[in-house]
Amino acid sequence: MSTGTGLETLVDRFFYFPGFGMFVTAEHVEQIETISIITNDGRNIVGVLKGFDQATNIILDESHERVYSTKEGVQQLVLGLYIIRGDNISIVGELDEELDASLDLSKLRAHPLKPVIH
Amino acid sequence: MLFFSYFKDLVGREVTVELKNDLAIRGTLHSVDQYLNIKLENTRVVDQDKYPHMLSVRNCFIRGSVVRYVQLPPEGVDVELLHDATRREARGG
Repeated sequence: MSTGTGLETLVDRFFYFPGFGMFVTAEHVEQIETISIITNDGRNIVGVLKGFDQATNIILDESHERVYSTKEGVQQLVLGLYIIRGDNISIVGELDEELDASLDLSKLRAHPLKPVIH
Repeated sequence: MLFFSYFKDLVGREVTVELKNDLAIRGTLHSVDQYLNIKLENTRVVDQDKYPHMLSVRNCFIRGSVVRYVQLPPEGVDVELLHDATRREARGG
């Protein structure tokens, strides 16, 4: 069973679950992977990677959306458990927890990302 | 298949990937797959002031379908080799 490039380095921490057709986290594995996803419509969703498959469909747990604006700092909206369809995903980034903790999101101002135009 | 092999040869080089949402990300090419999904390491967004959305991301996976351009290092392009390969591909073998 082959998987997408970037995610395959994580595969040893995941089990292929045939009934589900997806790679999911093994219960006994302690290490958690926090990832930041940029979607095609320009949203930024951060959460713990729970599963993925060949089509880059992704399961995120404890997820939240980071809403950027020029008027105020970054707003965080709680989303919880989420499945994001691969079609709608642009970037999957590994979140560096230390770097992220050093960021002051309340002072960060930016335009929201533009949507992907194919 | 040609571009898949071509990108595989570029692994380890520094490239800039420009996305269809105008974001440009520079990093070391870690790997590429059949869909031309790209994984970059030591990434930084080219215009970080305008796009601070990925400040805490150092490694990322970019879905092939959202890539507009890949800017290559000049030494990563062997025109003769590509000519040969494209001709071979056109001949069907």
